Amino acid sequence: MSVPRYWREEKPRYRLMGEECVKCGAKYYPRTPICSCGGAEFKPYKLAETGKVKSWTVIRNAPIGYERFTPYIVALIELDDGVQILSQVVDVEPEAVKSGMRVEFTFRKVTEDGQAGLIQYGYKFRPMVE
Amino acid sequence: MRKVAIAGIGFTKIGEPWERNIKELFAEAALNAMKDSTCNEIDQLYVANMMGAHLQGQIGMGAMMAEAIGRPGIPAVRIEAGQASGGVAFNEGVKAVASGFSDWVLVGGVEKMSDLLPEAVTTALTYAEDQEYTAYTGVTKIGLSAILHRLYSHEYGVTPDEIGWFAVRSHDNAVGVSHAQYPFKLSIERVMTSPMEADPIRMMECAAVADGAAAVILGPADSVANGIEVAASSVATDHLSLASRKHPLTLEAVKKAAAKAYEIAKVNPKDIDVLEVNDDTTIDGVLSLEDLGFAEKGKGAKFVTQGYTTRTGEIPTNNFGGLKARGNPIGATGLYQIAETVIQLRGKAGANQVPNAKIGMAQSMAGVGSTCSVAILRRV
Repeated sequence: MSVPRYWREEKPRYRLMGEECVKCGAKYYPRTPICSCGGAEFKPYKLAETGKVKSWTVIRNAPIGYERFTPYIVALIELDDGVQILSQVVDVEPEAVKSGMRVEFTFRKVTEDGQAGLIQYGYKFRPMVE
Repeated sequence: MRKVAIAGIGFTKIGEPWERNIKELFAEAALNAMKDSTCNEIDQLYVANMMGAHLQGQIGMGAMMAEAIGRPGIPAVRIEAGQASGGVAFNEGVKAVASGFSDWVLVGGVEKMSDLLPEAVTTALTYAEDQEYTAYTGVTKIGLSAILHRLYSHEYGVTPDEIGWFAVRSHDNAVGVSHAQYPFKLSIERVMTSPMEADPIRMMECAAVADGAAAVILGPADSVANGIEVAASSVATDHLSLASRKHPLTLEAVKKAAAKAYEIAKVNPKDIDVLEVNDDTTIDGVLSLEDLGFAEKGKGAKFVTQGYTTRTGEIPTNNFGGLKARGNPIGATGLYQIAETVIQLRGKAGANQVPNAKIGMAQSMAGVGSTCSVAILRRV
């Protein structure tokens, strides 16, 4: 992972910062160069930090860099503002995940580039305590 | 625009031939296709390949393969569209001939996946997804299909074994197929007791690592004797990321590419006699059947379970084993599908022949539907 490539995604990944189209109000995560309405002017938009699990899987054969986390859960989450996001869900056993389960944003380590490389952080989600 | 016909086809047996390199595989398929046709000239070469840059560290495959087939000097370029590379390269070849820009075009696809260990192949397969917000989560291609699988079961009240039947049907058709990777039957019990790959998808619902190459020769229909006409060829795309799709269970790229192809060929799903669809995992096959217009939304799995896709069913599908059993050497897969459709339309499929097949369709797909190609072929 190159440092600039990591650095330029810090705000979206650390703080769930997306963008909102100034013209039609559509919300984007991640940011997009152009809105489906044709608008190209955007303002920063902070995503809802809570939502519910729409569907999920358990990764048992992981890509390189993620092997030590297996088995881990990756879910399609619908945030409370309607934006969909793909994220790992942590602090829960795979068997305990349910459709519609309430989850919240949490800041976690994602992967690392070997012993001397960059340690990558970002968003994951975890069950809400209600 | 000119009518385009398929003048020749060729392919290798799919497997893990460790002693052979990517050039040798490509050349075997391409030279077989040239032998199968009557043309000696090749004006243009398209090489379909997805992962050579990562698995072999090789790009520049246009020049490499032009030389490998004994035609150094011809215009040649590699086409990459993720797992749909083969189908998209075919579409480029059709455009080249139809427009009159080229007369004789060789479209070949190749992938050699057995050069690296499984985790490296898994990683390379996720290169077709958005690296910053999809691959970043640690999800795999199969994991994305699994998310759709669970959503589908939940939405339509379908059981996992009903979806698992897709793999059983594909394997039934691979029996006795000499180029197939896994030419044997697979029971639903074996499918449903195989280890979880990405819950709820099991290992025996997924296409495996495979090496192979396939090629077709395209030319102007009026210069090809006994050719199979390309009645339509189309490509469409969808949001790259699953999370950006409002209705993830509808593969918009498949719907769009199919609608365009039906329109160009002036046919509808009822006219199709033989079908090849993407069953990289079982749910990919089910959703493809629905969005191509063969089964109603939510009914695709039952359609397969009840036998509508068998050789004697309503729409004989994946007639040589599909991605699951014939094999899925990614860049070549779309061209295996085309070549197999040609064999059916020529009436040369032996025990696998669908009686009197006149119109065939082949669909290839990248990821969980980010790019889709659809071709309709016709015996004239």
